[in-house]
Amino acid sequence: MATLEQVQPTDVPEGEGVRRRDFINVAAVSFAGVGAVAVALPLINQMNPSADVLALASIEVDVSKIAEGQAIKTIFRKQPLFIRHLTAKEIAEANAVPVDSLRDPQTLAERTKAGKEQWLITMGVCTHLGCVPLGAGEGENRGEFGGYFCPCHGSHYDTAARIRKGPAPKNLQVPEYAFKSDTVVQIG
Amino acid sequence: MSFPWANHYAPKHPVMQWIDDRLPLPRLVYNAVGAGYPVPRNLNYFWNFGVLAGAALAIQIITGVVLAMHYAANGDIAFASVEHIMRDVNSGWMLRYAHANGASFFFIVVYLHIFRGLFYGSYKAPREMVWLLGLVIFLLMMATAFMGYVLPWGQMSFWGAKVITGLFGAIPLVGEPIQTWLLGGFAPDNAALNRFFSLHYLLPFVIAAVVILHIWALHIPGSSNPTGIDVKGPQDTVPFHPYYTAKDGFGLGVFLIIFAIMLFFAPNYLGHPDNYIAANPLSTPAHIVPEWYFWPFYAILRAFTVDFILPAKLWGVLAMFSAILLLFFLPWLDKSPVRSGNYRPTFKMFFWILVLDVLVLGYCGGAPAEEPYVMISQLAAAYYFAHFLIILPIISRIERPLPLPGSITEAVLAKHGEVAGDAQAVAAE
Amino acid sequence: MVRPIGALVGLGFAFVLLFSLVVGAVNFIKEPPAATAEHEFHLHPKPLALASNGPLGRFDRQQLQRGFQVYKEVCAACHSLKYVSFRDLHEVGFTEAEVKAIAKQWAIEVPSVNPDTGEPATRKAEAADKFPTPYPNEVAARAANNNALPPDLSLMTKARHDGAAYVHSLLTGYQDQPAELLKKFPDSKTGTGLHYNPYFANLNIAMPPPLVADGQVTYADGTPATVDQMAQDVSAFLVWTAEPKLESRHRTGVAVVIFLLIATGLAFMAYRNVWSGIKH
Repeated sequence: MATLEQVQPTDVPEGEGVRRRDFINVAAVSFAGVGAVAVALPLINQMNPSADVLALASIEVDVSKIAEGQAIKTIFRKQPLFIRHLTAKEIAEANAVPVDSLRDPQTLAERTKAGKEQWLITMGVCTHLGCVPLGAGEGENRGEFGGYFCPCHGSHYDTAARIRKGPAPKNLQVPEYAFKSDTVVQIG
Repeated sequence: MSFPWANHYAPKHPVMQWIDDRLPLPRLVYNAVGAGYPVPRNLNYFWNFGVLAGAALAIQIITGVVLAMHYAANGDIAFASVEHIMRDVNSGWMLRYAHANGASFFFIVVYLHIFRGLFYGSYKAPREMVWLLGLVIFLLMMATAFMGYVLPWGQMSFWGAKVITGLFGAIPLVGEPIQTWLLGGFAPDNAALNRFFSLHYLLPFVIAAVVILHIWALHIPGSSNPTGIDVKGPQDTVPFHPYYTAKDGFGLGVFLIIFAIMLFFAPNYLGHPDNYIAANPLSTPAHIVPEWYFWPFYAILRAFTVDFILPAKLWGVLAMFSAILLLFFLPWLDKSPVRSGNYRPTFKMFFWILVLDVLVLGYCGGAPAEEPYVMISQLAAAYYFAHFLIILPIISRIERPLPLPGSITEAVLAKHGEVAGDAQAVAAE
Repeated sequence: MVRPIGALVGLGFAFVLLFSLVVGAVNFIKEPPAATAEHEFHLHPKPLALASNGPLGRFDRQQLQRGFQVYKEVCAACHSLKYVSFRDLHEVGFTEAEVKAIAKQWAIEVPSVNPDTGEPATRKAEAADKFPTPYPNEVAARAANNNALPPDLSLMTKARHDGAAYVHSLLTGYQDQPAELLKKFPDSKTGTGLHYNPYFANLNIAMPPPLVADGQVTYADGTPATVDQMAQDVSAFLVWTAEPKLESRHRTGVAVVIFLLIATGLAFMAYRNVWSGIKH
């Protein structure tokens, strides 16, 4: 261990000098650590959605061809979107439900635009684990409450697309939208 | 490892003890790059470049893995996906510029590492295997860098792929089938792009594996040193940690400063504008050049302009590959028992001529194929081959080396005796 | 064995190289390469001072907006900007609402599909869209432009040496072919449909002079729209389209380099500490 003997030079006094040197070594290693963390941040952040994904695209849909009682499925921001033309009976059914009894209390009026209560526009993404519920397509199972039914884990939504039975915690999400005319709706 | 006075690993923490008893990885690291590896005390800054090359490989692998999350290896969208990275991916521009410039910096440090080995005779016994594995790494790096340059699918990518695979077409009889096989078609297209991407992702890990062998082979005889003489005893060495970890830490800082300046303030300086034009199979750029680190070899390739028994193209291809392959024979071409160029005056002179020669070749390789560059590269290429294949074997026989110091410690003390009164001057390195 | 074989190989390569050198030299003397008009009359771009130049450069947003106006009113008819999105214009200083309006009013529409028939159709652009290309494909572009292809401008200032200066010089460099050139190279007369421009690599460019008169566009900020001003502004704009992250690159760079200088200074002191007392 002859080399190590040279590490402790006899002419340097113990105490202050040694502590100062330790401080510099610790500072140098700490700086390297801070640098490593700073480098890690962009490497992690790059996995977040990129600007083009975040860019809010909007779509326009002509709803004039959707007959009463029918629904269509379209794509909005890479996810399914349901547009449903409710019948008067369905609207009445939805309004008849006491809001307090709901898991996610909301009225149909809160989920549609004033004067356009017959147009129910929701994301087609089950709030449980993200499957696409059935009920928008012709002849599909609409579940026990006549709205949508998610076959993955058995969530039943009513005619206002509110969760009524099954594991889903929330109602089907209503995206931001506005009617540009009586028949054209802009979503997003 | 092979020095009896090397420090022995003694785990300080019970957890390390527990791990070491079951998987002696802590011990392996300790003996490889820790206090258990005795290193000559007199290494100069040229010995930093091995660690820097390792750091550059790490930068390339990390940024590369991340870029691969966003890149699409398809001729229709490859170029656009790179622009997507540059514009929309969070910090994407930084990652891509780091990867592109990182390749250049990898080559800069590896070239300095190679020339350090050439000057100090690091290729000589007993370190031949270290040298040979280093050359394998170099070849793998060249292949990786070439395939990586194809991926952005710009004009230089496309035409580089076409020209370099075209080299294989120079091989008699089987050349064209080989070229078609390499490309998976008759010209670079999706098939080529996809396989280049696959191999470009694979090879760096092969490089990392060979790096481990390279370091393993180095640890058998231990590191060489600027005097080239063997370690004689404990007084000649210091433990790698903390002595060379500290020095390499400082070296890494300097490296990163220069790297950051290029990355943030001149990220396209080492690139070629034509590669910002999407690949177009119908139009060749006026002036095709590879990346700068291939220029010396590209100059050798283009220096053969006359058919002489064999076609000029074949001569060029043979010469270009020979220029690298001859380095594999270097330990047996230079038989001088003295390692360090510091004690070999004739060798030293020719070494500096070689450095100049390679720089001239590099300059000509980047220049257009016009006179006088072609003639200059012909002279320079001739010197390159003569240097390794004729001059080195001759000087290693006839040269009379300077007297060697008795030991590393003696050389160190003699140096400090000359620099009186300022024994710790860093400038003395 | 290595050395005799090596010497033979070395002599072989050296001999062929020197033989090539002699043959090349003889040819060079016998038939010196003919001078070309491009070689003698091509000009390097005039220097262009932009706010974004240099390691600490920042964009002049007023200028970028003027440049965008020039692109929109002059260049966009033929040149695409296909890697840039309308939403990116926000960084040039337009508000979200302005960006939406610009996208909506863009003269070229975005290809889409008629939802009823499935036939190809077009729709108005949106902020999230990339700039639509003026021609559906290369064939159409060539057909409309006398067989010349107007290149995409997104990356133009990075795809040419001295990019911004090149664009500026090219736009202001149109002139009559010098008489001296025609005297020296009578065969090099600019062909029909081409325009003499000494800043273009082969001197004859297919693009007609795009900026022809002062006041060709009317700047909202009152800057006099001279031809030179318009050329400078659109060059500045194309620096931004090619490198929209330039400012964050410069900012990050300054922070990183300062950090590294301190860290490396500390590393140096630590290195000196560790080695103090060891002669080396």
